Amino acid sequence: MADTTHTPPSAAGVGWVRQQMVPEMAPPTSEIGVIGWIRHNLFSGIFNTLLTLFGAYLIYLMIPPIIDFAIVNAVWTGEDREACVGVHGACWAYVGAYFNQFIYGRYPFPEQWRVDIIYFLLFAGLIPLLIPKAPFKQLNTVFMLLIFPVASFILLTGGNMDPGIWSWGVLLVAGLIAAGFILLPVFAGQSDLASSQNSLIALAVILAIPAAILLVVSVDFGLAGVETGNWGGLLVTLVIAITGITASLPIGIALALGRRSQMPIIRLVCVVFIEFWRGVPLITVLFLSSVVLPLFMPEGVTIDKLFRAMIGVALFASAYMAEVVRGGLQAIPKGQYEGADALGLTFWQKMGLIVLPQALKLVIPGIVNTFIGLFKDTTLVLIIGLFDLLGQVQSSFTDPTWSTPTQGHTGYLFAAVLFFVFCFGMSRYSIFMENRLDTGRKR
Amino acid sequence: MAVQETLEGTPAKASLIYDPKVRGIFYQIVLVAVIVWLGWEIITNAARNLEAQNIASGFGFLENTAGFGIIQSLIHYSEESSYGRAISVGLLNTILVAVIGIALATVLGFMVGVARLSSNWVIAKLSYVYVEVVRNVPLLLQIFFWYFAVLRAVPNPRDSLELVPGSFFLNNRGLFMPRPVFESGSWMILAGLIIGVVGAIVLSNWARKRQMATGQQFPSFRVGLALILGLPLLGYLLSGMPVSMDFAELRGFNFQGGMKVTPEFMALLLALAIYTAAFIAEIVRAGILAVSHGQTEASYALGLRPGPTLRLVVIPQAMRVIIPPLTSQYLNLTKNSSLAVAIAYPDLVSVGGTVLNQTGQAVEVIGIWLTVYLTLSLLTSAFMNWYNRRMALVER
Repeated sequence: MADTTHTPPSAAGVGWVRQQMVPEMAPPTSEIGVIGWIRHNLFSGIFNTLLTLFGAYLIYLMIPPIIDFAIVNAVWTGEDREACVGVHGACWAYVGAYFNQFIYGRYPFPEQWRVDIIYFLLFAGLIPLLIPKAPFKQLNTVFMLLIFPVASFILLTGGNMDPGIWSWGVLLVAGLIAAGFILLPVFAGQSDLASSQNSLIALAVILAIPAAILLVVSVDFGLAGVETGNWGGLLVTLVIAITGITASLPIGIALALGRRSQMPIIRLVCVVFIEFWRGVPLITVLFLSSVVLPLFMPEGVTIDKLFRAMIGVALFASAYMAEVVRGGLQAIPKGQYEGADALGLTFWQKMGLIVLPQALKLVIPGIVNTFIGLFKDTTLVLIIGLFDLLGQVQSSFTDPTWSTPTQGHTGYLFAAVLFFVFCFGMSRYSIFMENRLDTGRKR
Repeated sequence: MAVQETLEGTPAKASLIYDPKVRGIFYQIVLVAVIVWLGWEIITNAARNLEAQNIASGFGFLENTAGFGIIQSLIHYSEESSYGRAISVGLLNTILVAVIGIALATVLGFMVGVARLSSNWVIAKLSYVYVEVVRNVPLLLQIFFWYFAVLRAVPNPRDSLELVPGSFFLNNRGLFMPRPVFESGSWMILAGLIIGVVGAIVLSNWARKRQMATGQQFPSFRVGLALILGLPLLGYLLSGMPVSMDFAELRGFNFQGGMKVTPEFMALLLALAIYTAAFIAEIVRAGILAVSHGQTEASYALGLRPGPTLRLVVIPQAMRVIIPPLTSQYLNLTKNSSLAVAIAYPDLVSVGGTVLNQTGQAVEVIGIWLTVYLTLSLLTSAFMNWYNRRMALVER
């Protein structure tokens, strides 16, 4: 009765006015929790209900057969096709029997420990590089960009190369030309020798790296040579993809800078180069590298087939990379360029310290997309007769020992899962990095 | 020192080596010299190597008899036809698979793209899974899957799958469908169609002008559709129903008559459409999200209903974002159709590859490929630039 103690005169007709709020009632159970969520997201109307039922039907159509095929009805052990004949399920025993080929190709069995070392080095070097908090980033980068490629080259091919006298000659001539450039002001009387000293030391260090690589590569470590024709499976996929990725980024950046250059001829050359590679399918590029490139070589010079494919893939990817990087360069406001100029930075300082770090950060999704595209495109090399992972799977189908109706499905499922893991991993990592580096816009 | 001199009005004179202009000219001369040298090396080496292999250069080989069969051709082709004819058959097959693939991929891509934004959790997640799975598996693998694991694994003609009883059969020789046979008098149907399309265009122009002038609306879409569908039907009835269907029938070991779609074509088409649709779906999703919600709300505030809001406000703005990447996806699909060579669908690259193997004219055949694909992509980018200019936001 406490509510009715005070009745305002104006509300004479109202017999009863509540003075205090009623305690809040709990929301109806149909609006909260699991039931509420289901009502809002799945059955909020007739159309929505129909959609949900349709989606559920699709899931019912797809998921149980896939699980049945891959797990329930699958055959896990067996010696040959007898184990899998008549079974409507994946023949994982066949994948097991061919696993070695899928991973190493026809790399000779006694030498496969060399590939294992490379796989180990790759993951040991890559994982700390990808974890932002892991220490020794600089050393790690040097390892991945310098030691790892040389080590894998020697381990995979067996080393003991003959670089030829001409490669030393090219190195010497390049060194002399660069030294001449550095010393030009001295000869012109514009400066003295002491001020050029640092540049000369830098040049010596830069020249020492390829010289050391040439030396190491020509050393005989006692490793048996393995022809690239025997490489195959995941090994070839990774070799082509990783060289393509590491080569396409710097070439792409150079092309993008060239396309925005003030010098008309350089700009023209870059535009023609980029548009040419972007305009043609990768298959024609691979045919170009496998059929036409040998015609362009001087007599007696032959380039390995795998290496030619790598050149083709890298150039193709760098054109796409150039367009991605150009997008980033265009997104940097003019004030950044002018600010760097006003500070008196040289072109390379301006680009390396101010513009590119911002531009590349902006286009990380695009760069990773190009990487993913390149990784998937490595499968195309099977058309010119190299055996990457898919090529190895495809060629295993000709073996009568394992020929069953489900062999194709099993092989493709295996390859698809492997490719999916790599590509999906890359795209997730790119989203993670994007969020991490997006510090400017978060407040 | 330099500062003093500048203050006195005589600018500091830098050495020529430090002059950006002089340096620029020098670098460009070096670049041109390197390119000319490379070009010279390539041409002389190629000429010498071709001579050593006894291959005559030039396009004269296109006149020679091809001598190989092609499983699918839109124009008349036989083994006696020339290499040039074979390559044009390949080009037409490329265009065929690209055009149909683009149409399918666009429809599927828009559906999945809209479904990804659906408020229905099941539909949104299903489309998400579709996009992620399809985008992260190589296209060649998908082509192999459809060709070797699906279409080559269906039963032989005797045990064909009847998709539609009596008319659509699927077996390991391909998909057999009824073929319409046009008899004399069919021109009236075509005439009806042409008049209908022209009439619909004229009508919609007139309706738009009248609405601009008076504000009165006219149901031009419905009337136009009635014209396009009704006039050919009228022609069909007036000319005495001259169209009949030629059904495929099982005779002996294979089907005769009807229309046959080869498994190679189907596999390539399915893989290209499904793969490209995943990319188009992401483009469509991004395009729709790029239209700010304020636009929809403002449109409702002006009294437009959801249908016109979507048609007049959201879609035109989303299309501005969607069209440029969409065209480049179309171009990608066309270029990816060259993967046909892996399953021997006779497209430009596949037929060209056969010609290359038979004649050894590597430079010429690859030159033809590059020219065709470059022309296609330059035309596409020309269209894209034109569209961008037309559609760019006019600001101040």
